[in-house]
Amino acid sequence: MIYLHYFAGLKEAAGKAEEELAWESGTASDVLQWVKTSYPQFDFSAVQIAVNEEYVLESEPVHPGDHVAFIPPVSGG
Amino acid sequence: MGAELKPFHVTEEPLDGAPYMDYVTHPGAGAVTLFAGTVREWTNGKRTMYLKYEAYVPMAEKKLAQIGDGIMEKWPGSRVAIVHRIGELAISDIAVIIAVSSPHRRAAYEANEYAIEQIKKVVPIWKKEIWEDGEEWIGDQAYKPEGGKG
Repeated sequence: MIYLHYFAGLKEAAGKAEEELAWESGTASDVLQWVKTSYPQFDFSAVQIAVNEEYVLESEPVHPGDHVAFIPPVSGG
Repeated sequence: MGAELKPFHVTEEPLDGAPYMDYVTHPGAGAVTLFAGTVREWTNGKRTMYLKYEAYVPMAEKKLAQIGDGIMEKWPGSRVAIVHRIGELAISDIAVIIAVSSPHRRAAYEANEYAIEQIKKVVPIWKKEIWEDGEEWIGDQAYKPEGGKG
């Protein structure tokens, strides 16, 4: 199991802030593909991925228990 | 706040700069810059009614602390505190406060500007503008991680 976190426009598109996904092994890219397929109405072109609260490249391995967050372009300040 | 002030904080409470200024002030400091980012009514000809901020709070606080660490490395002798408000903010409400103290003035200015620039690039906080006739999540910068973690 991994824990997915959505924010801003993606949270609205998904209709939820988080969900769990059954998971054995794979990369951040694999998780992204699953989320893209689940919420095709959202534009993922500028979305970054964070695993356990750190930005990662899509090649990063994702392990059971990890928290994977999808970060649309930020606009704090 | 007072003694329990968290130097890198995301909160739904209204912000006040004074405790953060006190936090960074110490005998080695010769300058303190206190930046407040406030909610602007007009942006590109569009009138904002209010803003809504959302954050990935644990990661945002971690990133704010990393910005603070970066400042203390780049400008030795500096002390930093950053707080960002989330939730619904009205026009002129303070969205972010950055307090930096340094031995000399120039570093305090530079480090403070560096902090807001980093916030806008890497801290997972999002702003939604709510207008009279619509709303939109803002986010037009295209930061990409260069080397994975960090």
